[in-house]
Amino acid sequence: MNTRRLQWLLFAWFFVFPFLPLPPYWITIGNYIGLYAIVALGLVLLTGIGGLTSFGQAAFVGLGAYTTAYLSGVLGVSPWLGLPAGLLVSGLSAALIGSVTVRLSGHFLPLATIAWGLSLYYLFGTLEFLGKYDGLSGIPPLALFGLDLSAPEAMYGLIWLCLGGCLWLVLNLLDSRSGRAIRALASGRTMPEAMGVDTAQYKILIFVLAALMASLSGWLYAHLQRSVSATPFGLNMGIEYLFMAVVGGIGQVWGAILGAAVMTGLKSQLQDWLPRLFGSQGNFELVVFGVMIVLLLLWARQGLWPWLAGAWARWQPPAPLPLAPASAPAGYAGLARRSKPAPGSLLLDVDAARKAFGGLLAVKDMSFALRAGDVVGLIGPNGAGKSTMFNLLSGVLPPSGGAIRFCGERIDGLGARRIMELGIGRSFQHVHLLAQRSVLENVALGAHRRGHAGPLAAALHLERHEEARLLHLAAEQIRRCGLAEHMYTPAGSLALGQQRIVEIARALCSDPLLLLLDEPAAGLRLQEKQALAGLIRQLKAEGMAVLLVEHDMDFVMDLTDRLVVMEFGSKLAEGLPEVVRNDAAVLAAYLGGIE
Amino acid sequence: MDFGIFAVLAQDGVTNAAVYALLAMALVLVFSVTRIIFLPQGEFIGFGALTLAALQGGQFPRLLWLLIGVGVLCFAVDLLAALRQRRYKPLPRRQLLWSAGENLFYPLLLWALAQSFDWSAVPMLGQILFTLAVTVPLGVMLYRVAFQPLAEASVLVLLIVAVGVHFALIGLGLFIFGPEGSTTQAFTDWSAEFGALLMSGQSLVVIAVAAGLIAALYLFFERTLFGKALRATAVNRRGAQLVGIGTAQAGRMAFALAAALGSLAGILIGPLNTVGYDSGFIVALKGFVAAIVGGLASYPLAAAGALLVGLLESYASFWASAYKEVIVFTLIIPLLAWRSLASVHTDEEGA
Repeated sequence: MNTRRLQWLLFAWFFVFPFLPLPPYWITIGNYIGLYAIVALGLVLLTGIGGLTSFGQAAFVGLGAYTTAYLSGVLGVSPWLGLPAGLLVSGLSAALIGSVTVRLSGHFLPLATIAWGLSLYYLFGTLEFLGKYDGLSGIPPLALFGLDLSAPEAMYGLIWLCLGGCLWLVLNLLDSRSGRAIRALASGRTMPEAMGVDTAQYKILIFVLAALMASLSGWLYAHLQRSVSATPFGLNMGIEYLFMAVVGGIGQVWGAILGAAVMTGLKSQLQDWLPRLFGSQGNFELVVFGVMIVLLLLWARQGLWPWLAGAWARWQPPAPLPLAPASAPAGYAGLARRSKPAPGSLLLDVDAARKAFGGLLAVKDMSFALRAGDVVGLIGPNGAGKSTMFNLLSGVLPPSGGAIRFCGERIDGLGARRIMELGIGRSFQHVHLLAQRSVLENVALGAHRRGHAGPLAAALHLERHEEARLLHLAAEQIRRCGLAEHMYTPAGSLALGQQRIVEIARALCSDPLLLLLDEPAAGLRLQEKQALAGLIRQLKAEGMAVLLVEHDMDFVMDLTDRLVVMEFGSKLAEGLPEVVRNDAAVLAAYLGGIE
Repeated sequence: MDFGIFAVLAQDGVTNAAVYALLAMALVLVFSVTRIIFLPQGEFIGFGALTLAALQGGQFPRLLWLLIGVGVLCFAVDLLAALRQRRYKPLPRRQLLWSAGENLFYPLLLWALAQSFDWSAVPMLGQILFTLAVTVPLGVMLYRVAFQPLAEASVLVLLIVAVGVHFALIGLGLFIFGPEGSTTQAFTDWSAEFGALLMSGQSLVVIAVAAGLIAALYLFFERTLFGKALRATAVNRRGAQLVGIGTAQAGRMAFALAAALGSLAGILIGPLNTVGYDSGFIVALKGFVAAIVGGLASYPLAAAGALLVGLLESYASFWASAYKEVIVFTLIIPLLAWRSLASVHTDEEGA
């Protein structure tokens, strides 16, 4: 039996649970586990996978709960209208908060959510029409086609169905083009932007999704409890949600349920036992939770689920996901491709580019050109400004002066995403791969701009045709680069040389006309260098232009058509490798001149 | 609103702002040196005020039990770390002896001191010093136990640990101090009238002490080698390590300062407010809002933020007292939007 089916089978067990002869108290606990797991699932997506932390999810639960409580309890509207209304309120507030914090560095969002959580808690407790700290009561139960859902057992079914639905949507979303973009968010901004991912947009997206799940949980809570008050939506609860996700395994979708179950079970047991041991004065489960979370992060930062999954994997190694289609899927031939420029036509034209950092001129009036089919090496001693030049070309830094044209269009000052769209692919000096994900997934990230399906289609898996085309495209690039046997290996377990080739395959996915390679041979062994040189020659033969920033003289001398030599930010020499090799000024720069 | 009320509110606002400024400084300091967002700062406010209140009331300062307990834990951590490395190097006897002195004997010494004097008869300055002698080592020990082993972890992991420590301290605080709050004795009963404005000596003391501390911090960071080492660590941890500044040492120092500033903030608000074991958290969070104005990096901007928070809170409590907290904490959203527009984007690789 495969692992995925087993996971869903385990999940199905929870639906048998209420039919067993168990005390009703267990059903109550089960209800809470389900409610909390929905919120924790949102946090897994937001924090564990997307790398954004929120302590304020309880406030979104509160928004969902209060919205439906007010609409159905006070205004007498149908409870089923409370759900979309709550989702709307929470989603809009999340979009607002998200849009003011995503541009700031990572720790501002958690701080903002703490403040946000507190301010909403006080607001719930102060507003007259929300019943101040007493809250609202008399919320009608849910009913479906005349079927009364007020009994805890009935609500149990609904809650776990909702949880199952959220799980399915999140798992689908993660296994798609949008999912790859979300996974890339946690690794910083440079890499995903260079792959064409709009990081700000995706960050807001996952923040809103997490808030929507919290709001759903709040709606269920309000109609289960039939009353709401401010306390369960305070900051402490917000922190506990995050703890649940951390305990279960913060990057793990199934860990959300495990974490919610462990924390809810533990809390109810601790509330029974601790007062008997230490007396009633004190909030000891808080101490235990606090100490537990510190110990967990000290010793098992990954949480409980990876530990369980690891034990299971010894019996049954998990099947790779996603799989590349066996043959070209329908419509693959129709995938948009760039028209290839005529060999020898001007591609890249750098005209007096300059970059100043304060008083330091890192790049001083550099001019050079690249034609289709050219392999050009940009070399120079340490600190010559090669990497800065590279960053100007790839859009990581805006130039302070001069002009850079690509296919006749000005690209200086454009962002990395736009430059990538125009047909410039790049690799990184320090390899930027998602170490845990398979080579196929990493490479498919490069095809981000060649797909168009949005997150909603992805969550419903309505984009399977496009997804198959993208995966096939990625698999083709992997084969082109000679890594077919490593297609499903986690990228982090490859040798450094292979990882660099994975980066090139990823860049090839965007169908570039020009490839920028930043020190691709650094740290490689001889055979790895030979394999890399072979790949670059093959790309040249296919008509690609390549610009290499490189230290390794032997590597560039053999491979390139021309060399551009930089020193102190300006061009020292340009020409055929053998000419540059004997240039007196270049020799002086590298070996030290004779005064 | 007439001028009298305006002036009273301003005085209130500035007094509170002085306290927020101290807290904001401590938060900026700890964050820049250790990258820890020090949420447990608030607990030290309660610890400081309640310990001082216990001394003034002639009771045993029960926080000492926590100090003794955490001290034992700290020594155990040091001992275990030493034993684990026994295979590679001999037991660092001197270090262990030093650790036993700091973590086991020092708390016992304080315990003996607490037992052998009638602290309610000692002048207030002595009581305050004794309070600090209890709270400051507690800060250092917390760093040793919870944060030092994770010093290289990401900002977010450290933040979650900080929340864990906050939970543990809040729970223990309730056990140690009970649910009731206390007030401490007034620093002075002097007051003066300037036209419509009644200037309270109490406010003046708070403002003067806070201003003095900020000046002292400035001198510490500008003039002393240790202060400069802390600043160097804040600018570049790796670089500081390479020139021989121990980052663990710097972290301990930052936590000592933060604990001291936190307890002093508690002592300063003690005579004006009833401080309970958990009232510090909200106060410290307002310090956070102030620190965010400076992007958790700039001391002068943090002080300006404190003034903004203090005045806003004071005037909000006049016009819409029920919404005071809502207004102060919602302020963070426009503030962040402003910072978001003002800041040049920096990439946080692997943060």
